[in-house]
Amino acid sequence: MYLIEVCELHKRYGKAEVLKNVSLRIEKGETLAIIGPTGSGKTTLLRLLNLLDTSTSGKVLFDGLDATRASERIKLNTRRRMAMVSQKPVVFNANVYSNVAYGLRVRRKGDIHEKVTSTLEMVGLSGYENRNAPILSGGEMQRVALARAMVIEPEVLLLDEPTANLDPRSVDIIEGLIMRLSRHVTIVMATHDMAQGQRLAHRIGVLMNGEIMQLGKPWEVFARPENMQVAEFVGMENIIKGTVRWNESGVVGVDVNGKIIQAVSSRQSAVDSRGGGLATGDYQLSAGEEVYVCIRPEDITLALSRTSSSARNSYAGEIKAAFLSGPLARVELGCGFPLVALITRISAQEMGLEVGKRVYASFKATAAHIIIRR
Amino acid sequence: MNEITTGFLKAIELIVTLDPEVMEIAGRSLAISLTATLLASVVCIPLGGLVHFHDFTGKRILINIIQTLYSLPTVSVGLFVFLLLSRAGPLGVFGLLFTPTGMVIGQMILISPLMIGFTISALSAIGPQIKDTAISLGASNFQAILTIIKEARFAILAAVVLGFGRAISEVGIAIMIGGNIRGFTRVFTSAMALETARGDIELSMALGIILISLALVVNLLLNRIQQR
Repeated sequence: MYLIEVCELHKRYGKAEVLKNVSLRIEKGETLAIIGPTGSGKTTLLRLLNLLDTSTSGKVLFDGLDATRASERIKLNTRRRMAMVSQKPVVFNANVYSNVAYGLRVRRKGDIHEKVTSTLEMVGLSGYENRNAPILSGGEMQRVALARAMVIEPEVLLLDEPTANLDPRSVDIIEGLIMRLSRHVTIVMATHDMAQGQRLAHRIGVLMNGEIMQLGKPWEVFARPENMQVAEFVGMENIIKGTVRWNESGVVGVDVNGKIIQAVSSRQSAVDSRGGGLATGDYQLSAGEEVYVCIRPEDITLALSRTSSSARNSYAGEIKAAFLSGPLARVELGCGFPLVALITRISAQEMGLEVGKRVYASFKATAAHIIIRR
Repeated sequence: MNEITTGFLKAIELIVTLDPEVMEIAGRSLAISLTATLLASVVCIPLGGLVHFHDFTGKRILINIIQTLYSLPTVSVGLFVFLLLSRAGPLGVFGLLFTPTGMVIGQMILISPLMIGFTISALSAIGPQIKDTAISLGASNFQAILTIIKEARFAILAAVVLGFGRAISEVGIAIMIGGNIRGFTRVFTSAMALETARGDIELSMALGIILISLALVVNLLLNRIQQR
């Protein structure tokens, strides 16, 4: 049995439909990240899981028991198995100790002092017991909020963008804590930071406009998006329109403005671009099919001469734009079709890449992912 | 001008030498107003909570009425309580007219709207995220309400202090319900009104200085509370 089952959940605020037919199953001990842009319904979903709000329709089951329309008593008992940390740190106007002890006090638990002390140690706030919580920094406040949730040893931890708007150091500390907790706690976390989802989660659900668009292992979501919206959200910068010309034992040739891009059409990779419930396992791409070819920019390598690498796809092109982005260089090419590549800053410098220069872009057929155009 | 200077010096003397009459009046004033404030707090803070935590039709109107009553004229309350407590009134049998108890009742009525209204404002100032956080951390509804009241404690305390300030400085009830009976119901304000009329400026001034000092203390206290 699943620890949490979400069945066809709908939530409407006035005319706005915030969640549409969301269904999820969460296993005990799993870390599930819900990623999606701001306003996609992540917070609403977590609030419904935490029984803070009531859904318009649909159910949330804990251990098979429907808690959505249960009595206040059952709701309270169910809620007491969980803890939630909100995006904006909320602390009570009291010292750190009282804040962290809150959940234990309302449950009338014992050993409060020991538990609070050891939890504060875990989040690196030992010695902060008597500090007034509202005057702490944002990062410290969020750690207090996390400690307050951790101290009650919940079975389920709900985290709503726990590191949004925090400095990198605080983000590191909090991610480290989440990683430690994920060994024995079931975690559902909302984030708009895809990389964070990838770092922390066992599975990722992509929530867009109130709908779960895709649910799967992090690499699947990032490398094999099921539709255009997911592809764009997960950073598939190269989404190129084309037409299938041939399909030879799983390798597909896609015609893009007269050039052929070869892609491995794995059984899962060809799916309906609406992301609906189309069974894709047996789907065979055939010639004439209209598709999108998606290539992650970091999967493209650049070279000054045509190399004999194992990459099936190699195109000569001219650099249209190039600029630095952190430790990486983003290079925009024209090679019959536009292509964006992300390479390291060092290699960009070594190759002397600049606008107008001719280079060869290569990528493997397995790096090209196909979405059917409908 | 000379009269004011000598009066002021005499007043200081009365205070410094702890003049028995001045001290007696000051003690009684404090006792009556503190009692009224305390009793009003016990009634008004929960009432304010009741209004805040419940949704009902006419809630907005009720709050508007309560806020209007902040500036309830003291003489109107005096008249109302007088009619209640006078021999022929509905509570006449208790013989509370011209007693300190009657004054306490009058002052309670006077400051209740202020205290209820400020309690509601104090609770409204606590954002919904505090309640959500409490509930999310496993608080029952009742525990969550207690948490919100605790969050608003400084603002609620400010309401209490303000109520006390209004109670101790009012004169209408003190005269109409208390009757300014020497050694029994005479307080700061009624004594000042009477002594000034009788030409005993020094006593009036001494009481006035103490009253203003009290107001200062109340204000300092309020500032401290609001800075928390």
